[in-house]
Amino acid sequence: MLLTVVILLPLIAAGLLMAVPQLDGRSATWVWVAASAADLALVGWMWWRFEPGTGASGVVGGIGYETDVQWIPTVDAGYHVGVDGLSLPLIALTAVLFLACAVWSLRQPDRPRLQAALFLFLETACLGTFASLDLILFFVFFDLTIVGMYFVIAGWGHGNARRSALKFFLYTFVGSLALLLGFIGLFLGSDTRTFDMVTLAQDPPLAGQPVAGGLVLLAIGLGLAIKTPVFPFHTWLPDAHTDAPAAGSAILAGILLKLGTYGFVRIAMPILPDAWQRWALVPVVIGVISVLWGALAALAQTDLKRMIAYTSVNHMGYVLLGLGAAGMVAADTGARTLATIGAVYQMVAHGLLTGALFLLTGVLWSRGRTYAFDKWGGLARPAPVFAALLAVAAFGALGLPGFASFVAEFQVFTGALQASPVATVIAVVGILVTAGLFLVALQRLLAGPTVVPDDDPEQDDEPSTDGGSTTLVRARTGSLRDMSAAELVAVVPLLALAIVLGLFPRALLDVIEPAARTVAELVAR
Amino acid sequence: MNEMGDSGGEVFAMLPELLLLAGAVGGLLLGLWTPQHHQWRVRVLVVLACLASAAAAAVGLSGNDSTVFEDTWVIDTTTGVVRITVALAVALIVGLGASSLAGHPRETEAYVLMLLGALGAVALAAGNDLLLLVAAYLLASVPLYALAGFAKDARGTEATMKYYLMGAFVGVLLLLGVASVVLATGVTGYPAIGDLLGQAPAPLAALGVLGVLAGLLFKAGAVPVHQWVPDVTAGTTPTMAAYITTIPKVGAVAAAFRLLDGPFAAAPVDVPLLVAVIAALTMTLGNLAAFSQTEVLRLLAYSTISQVGYLLMVVAVAARSDLALPALLIYLVGYAVTNIGVFAAAAAKPAAGTIDEWAAASRDRRWLVVSLVVCLLGLVGTPPTAVFVGKLAVFSAAWDGGLAWLVVVAAINTVASLFYYLRWITPAAASSAGAPSLRGSSQAPHDHDTHRAVSAQQERVLAGPMTLVHLTAIASLLLGIGSGAVLVAALPG
Repeated sequence: MLLTVVILLPLIAAGLLMAVPQLDGRSATWVWVAASAADLALVGWMWWRFEPGTGASGVVGGIGYETDVQWIPTVDAGYHVGVDGLSLPLIALTAVLFLACAVWSLRQPDRPRLQAALFLFLETACLGTFASLDLILFFVFFDLTIVGMYFVIAGWGHGNARRSALKFFLYTFVGSLALLLGFIGLFLGSDTRTFDMVTLAQDPPLAGQPVAGGLVLLAIGLGLAIKTPVFPFHTWLPDAHTDAPAAGSAILAGILLKLGTYGFVRIAMPILPDAWQRWALVPVVIGVISVLWGALAALAQTDLKRMIAYTSVNHMGYVLLGLGAAGMVAADTGARTLATIGAVYQMVAHGLLTGALFLLTGVLWSRGRTYAFDKWGGLARPAPVFAALLAVAAFGALGLPGFASFVAEFQVFTGALQASPVATVIAVVGILVTAGLFLVALQRLLAGPTVVPDDDPEQDDEPSTDGGSTTLVRARTGSLRDMSAAELVAVVPLLALAIVLGLFPRALLDVIEPAARTVAELVAR
Repeated sequence: MNEMGDSGGEVFAMLPELLLLAGAVGGLLLGLWTPQHHQWRVRVLVVLACLASAAAAAVGLSGNDSTVFEDTWVIDTTTGVVRITVALAVALIVGLGASSLAGHPRETEAYVLMLLGALGAVALAAGNDLLLLVAAYLLASVPLYALAGFAKDARGTEATMKYYLMGAFVGVLLLLGVASVVLATGVTGYPAIGDLLGQAPAPLAALGVLGVLAGLLFKAGAVPVHQWVPDVTAGTTPTMAAYITTIPKVGAVAAAFRLLDGPFAAAPVDVPLLVAVIAALTMTLGNLAAFSQTEVLRLLAYSTISQVGYLLMVVAVAARSDLALPALLIYLVGYAVTNIGVFAAAAAKPAAGTIDEWAAASRDRRWLVVSLVVCLLGLVGTPPTAVFVGKLAVFSAAWDGGLAWLVVVAAINTVASLFYYLRWITPAAASSAGAPSLRGSSQAPHDHDTHRAVSAQQERVLAGPMTLVHLTAIASLLLGIGSGAVLVAALPG
């Protein structure tokens, strides 16, 4: 029941915002902040009361805050939600990041009421996806995130926002349909004919049918891979990010990408253990390619936001590498558990750090309407706080010890080394490239003589479609407004959490570990 | 009706149809003696008749399956759901037409024709005999010709001619098919055909199956007899278009389902494969043709064609999967509701022909756009709307029935359909949310001010149809979320 409240609270707040047109923009954003904060508090309470259990627990048992109501009895789909060690960290991440985006948007002047409602709707969809223990429910929420994000990009994006939004929608919608086909395959392949994830994981469908199992895994894998995204399905990502607003990008990278990787851990691995074992090499190889491709493509970017977008491909590659290695049963359970833990840890770490990075790029956009490296330089002088935060976030993202991402990547590599040493060694090279590219980016933006976009209307030439009267904020020559209070309050906690989780990983590991062990054991069936 | 004799009981079992008929006759008589400006009385009577018919059908739903009038008329779950859907849909469409038909010289005639056509649709679905099917075909066709040309303008007349000529031609095919089946088996009742068609010579049986299916596909607006759909839809008023693309389709698809479930299952030709191929062609062709449309009604016309393609998927596996019947029912209901919703959106802006005009006219109507988005995304199959549950069930049933390839085709088509539905959603959403993303609008104190600047030639938006868009959007969501309860209530056991 508590979990249902957590899921639906943002939606109710969104409905409230839509229903009361008298509310002015600023109060609307405050409602958003309040609803997100209340939701975070509830999630905090859930975390406090959650018993992760000892040994292996989660996925097929030991699920907390469970609710199971029948929905469509003819196909045995239900409203089945609950949390375990896999979903709780991501639910918490969702609550944190949405609150950060709410605070960030306090100064956002463009249709704030509608934006707040849309983001609250998105929050419900994201929380629902992570909490779902039923394939159809998962799909419902999964699809709603796509719809919500489409309107965020199309409505509040810049540049070629409509086109990017359409590309995002079409790509991820293809993915979601592949996912739906896979789910139907699981349903028809199961003995009991059910969409319930727990039941399916207990008694995996299509166990004796390698071809059918492989095809169903292909459909599900395709759907999740597009969402994650991994090479070669990542091409929607840079466009969507470049044209999305800062808060939208933070949610897209921080939360929506996790829906894909979370689906692998929650659905593909426990429900199709046979097929996952058989094809474990595929996620490993694709993961490694994504690591390298993402890093190299990021290196080639001339635009800060596109660069960060490509590093997401790189970071998600580590997750896939870890999960693939967890399916290689030649390795011992300890190593495979470690790889799984690392993968889940990486999801959280990436959510915090990339969320912060994207919010920070929003500072550049709001001041100068561009992300291009050559328009900015020497920002450490006029905006020392911004420079410091960007540096911290960048060091975190490249996996410096002391940050959550280090803990994550270290575990992924340690766990995967035994199962697939070659792939792991190649992936480590990716870290080097990432480190290099973040340092280069910092150097370009922060060091040297101060350069800010000049007061040139030419660069503000986004087509004002439909003849809307566009008023533009001109960048001030030679100076840069440093972080505002709202921006600070939004970004600092994200970075602080990333550091805390890097220095004291136990708090999170205790929750993840039992569930990760269960996944590792279930895959080995 | 109170006498509880044998035929009395049979008559009582057909109460929903009788109520529709009574509404038609009563409406006609009432209309004759009612002054022009008081014709709303007829409207009320007709809506009441529809609601009473739906209520009677809902009561009958809990009873056991039975046949009446010497096995020519089946009363089972399918009939029951079609009765309810058709009656409620007609009530909605009468409400939709109220704003444009009020005070029209032939207002009463329109309502009466709608009721008669509805009766034909129900008869299609409930018929258990080929001769009754022919009669139902005519009853579901002839009133519609009049409705299609109701506006008496050039476009409407042309469309009606096309519709009528095709209908007459396909009617001959239907008769030919019925004759072939009779020739092959010597009977007209479905159960007997099911027993005998297996031993019939294959060419004769094939001819029979093809002819009968042609008639039903025409009513459903499926390939290859779909050409009338865009012309009629775009040529007539949105109200009539909503009627013509909803009511007969429901009846025809249910009739095809009944045929494939029983009599045609034993045919010496692979009828399910035939229907599956037609389904694939229908959805693909509908989608491809919809891509380039800029006119709202033409876009919707092709959208209805593609939707019939998904419905035919479940017809193909009627006899092969236990999941088929619930899938058919939930999809039919979801389609009817959602389709009326999008046509109501078109009717709300009678003067807006193209998508852009529509979007421009809805500048200040945020809720209308929200409801439209719900309906259109519903047609795509986005959860948690009714059509999503329908699509899920249809996909499951088709795969379960051994047509996995068709499911893949349908999935690809769903993605393609998203593309043209978004062509309507995007401009509508953008214009309702003010000028598209004022990037630097930090000077504007509040968002309201910028997009409240309504252009002078702001078009009239009709309140009645707009309410209907909201209603159907809510109904679509509720049906999707409550689909389990609906199915449990409808399905026996």
